Formats: sequence, C-alpha cells, structure tokens
Amino acid sequence: MSAPTLFGLCAAVLVGFGLYGLMVHPQPLRKVLSFNLIGNGVFLVCAVIARRGASAGFGGDPVPQALLITAIVVAFAASALAVALMLRQFDETGSSSLSPEVAPAPAKSPAKGEA
Amino acid sequence: MNIALNLALILLLLALAFWTVVARETFAAVAGFVSYGLLLTLAWVALSAVDVALTEAAIGAGLTGALLIGAASRLRKTEAAARAERPGPATRVLAAIVATAVAAAIAACVLLLPDPAPTLAPEVARNIASTGVGNPITAVLMSFRAMDTLLEAIVLLFGLLGIWSLGSDRYWGGRPGLAPVAEPNGILAYMARVLPPIGIVVGIYILWVGADYPGGKFQGGTVLAAMWLLLMMSGLLDAPAVSQRWVRLALIAGPAAFILVGLLGVFVANAFLAYPEGLAKPLIIVIEVALLPSLAVTLTLLLIGPPQRAGSPP
Repeated sequence: MSAPTLFGLCAAVLVGFGLYGLMVHPQPLRKVLSFNLIGNGVFLVCAVIARRGASAGFGGDPVPQALLITAIVVAFAASALAVALMLRQFDETGSSSLSPEVAPAPAKSPAKGEA
Repeated sequence: MNIALNLALILLLLALAFWTVVARETFAAVAGFVSYGLLLTLAWVALSAVDVALTEAAIGAGLTGALLIGAASRLRKTEAAARAERPGPATRVLAAIVATAVAAAIAACVLLLPDPAPTLAPEVARNIASTGVGNPITAVLMSFRAMDTLLEAIVLLFGLLGIWSLGSDRYWGGRPGLAPVAEPNGILAYMARVLPPIGIVVGIYILWVGADYPGGKFQGGTVLAAMWLLLMMSGLLDAPAVSQRWVRLALIAGPAAFILVGLLGVFVANAFLAYPEGLAKPLIIVIEVALLPSLAVTLTLLLIGPPQRAGSPP
C-alpha cells in the first residue's frame, strides 16, 4: 500500500475519532478539540489528494496545498472565536455547560448586557 | 521516508488522537492535542507539503495549542460539573457506530480515488513564470487564487471583531488579557529579551524566502506574533488597548493594500486582482509586506481574546 493511501486511511480514522468526541463530550472545549481532529482529518485527505497529483516536477499539486494553508489559518480563527464564546459564558455564569437544563445564573449587573 | 517510518508516524498520530478523545481530564486531552499537532507537521512533510508543514507547526500546533491550553486552565473549575453530564452507554455506543460508519465511508473514498489522479500541477508549472515567483504555493496563494487569500485575511479580521464584541461593555476599547505581572529577573523575562531580535529576523526571512522556497507571510507573521506574545507573557510589555489608532491601522493595512492592488487590476489589467504584465512580482511583494504586520497583529489579538481591562493603566 502506498504512503498517500496509508495517510488517507489515517485521515479517515481521525475524522471518526473527532466525530465520536464531538458527540460524546459535554464540555464545549472538548468539542472544539474534537472538531479540530475532524478538521485535521479533512486537511489530511486534501494533502493526500495533492500528493497523488504530483507532476510537472512538483512534490504535490500546489493548488490544494495552498488551500490547506488557508484552511489551517481559518480553523485557528474559528477556534479562537469558539474559545472566546465559552470563556465569556464562563465569566457570566460560572459554568461552561451547553445543557439547557443547567439554568444560567443571573448576570452580575444588568448594565453588562448581552454579548 | 520509507514505509516503516510512515507507519510508525501514523500509529503515533492515531494513538495521540485517541488519547485526545478519551482522556478524562480536559487539560490532559489538550496536552495530547499539542503533541499530536507537532507530529502532524511530520505527516505534511511526508506528503511533500513543506509549506503546509510550516503553517501547521506555527499555527495548527503552536497558536492553537497556546489558545486551548489557556482555555483549559481557565475552565478547570467546570470539569466536575461536566462529568455529571456525560451521556449514558447507549448514546456512546450509538456515537461510536455513527463515527465508525463515517470513517469507513471516507476510507472507501480514499481507496477509490481515481487513478491517475486529476492534478492542476502542469497548469501551475505552465503559468508560474508570469507571476515572477518560484514557489508554486506562493504563486497559487498570491496570483492564481489571490481572491481566496484576500477573503481569508478578511475572515481573520471578522473573527477578531467577533471576539472583541464578546468583551463586556465597560471595557470596550480597553486592553485584552490580564494585567502583566513583571518578574524582571525570571527566565521568561530573560528569554523575552534574548529571543525577539532573532525571531523578528527569522519572521521577515520566512516572508522573503517564501517567494521561491517554502515559507510566506502566514508562517512569518506567526513567528512575529509569537515574539510579541512572549513579550506580553513575560510582563515586559502590556497588551495594547484595542481602541488605539495604530492597532486598528495595523489590522486593516494589509487587507486594504490587497484590495487597492486588486482594484488597480480592474483598471490596468481588466480584472479584479489581475496583475499587469511584468509587474506581478513587485505587486505581490507589496501585498505580502503589507500583510505581514497585519497578520502578526491579528493573530496575536485573536489569541489574547476580548478586552478585559480599562484602556489606561489604573
């Protein structure tokens, strides 16, 4: 079995792990971690496709590789936004639970307003 | 790399990913994720994607790791409550079945990929001379798919606006993060004095070399961001108030230069983001140089979060 195919199968397992974690963990931070695993799996498939398209003297197809760089940077921005959201929820309520059954504590001061 | 090395790398990657999913403590899971990210860098190298490896090491493992470790240590108190919310065995089995089915479908797709693989590499090779750059990735990012890169820079900016708007009203326009605790003789402060001059040179070098070899503005900008973060973490430098004019100018300078060059293309080369004949390389350099500080400031501010203190020192 060729190296790109092996990494492709690795990517499939990564997506599986990530999907399981996303569904099973109640903590939002664990969900972000799992989501990053899914993302890495997708990126890895993309890199495998790039590697298989190697020709014209390049080690891989540069178009999907360039898209990967964009994707990694955007994934970081998305994770940063998700983390900011959960930290704000923690500051407001002292909890990071996503469950609707956990009633949020009232905000410390009404002037703070909704984010 | 031979097949045994690749297999070992894949097994280690999967073991760390598994740990990230099953670890009891969130902090331990994050620690696993950071080492996993560094190993993933090797996977990109094994797939001949050195530019991607640099980005992964800088942003995927480095900045994302720092972000998640910070969040995990702040959310530690919520761990006990979250344990009570863990779903029962039935849900877990169902989740495992769904995850396995999706993984199997992707694996089947990987095994059934068309042969010979479709590729745009010959197209890139045919047209790369018109861009004046030697690194095909840079040619794609800055010329053939320049629109993607422009939108990406703007997405980063929107992400930052989203984070800022999560700050509470009374600190709007203030300084993000906690007030610095200076320990002038600590090892962190020592590193923060020694490393930044080297880091700044390395960051600019990575940008410059990106025209012909692996590297570029994202990787270089991340190194610059890391140096700035080091200075802030050591307490030698306070985070800037987000309402300061120079911060806002630095944030929009890169995307604005990109859009201006794009508009120039409308008048001179008949398409948005088209470069006039013979001027492609100088214009690409203008955009990259303008984007470098913008990206460094954006990435730093994305990491340290919304304003949490008043703008002027108390």
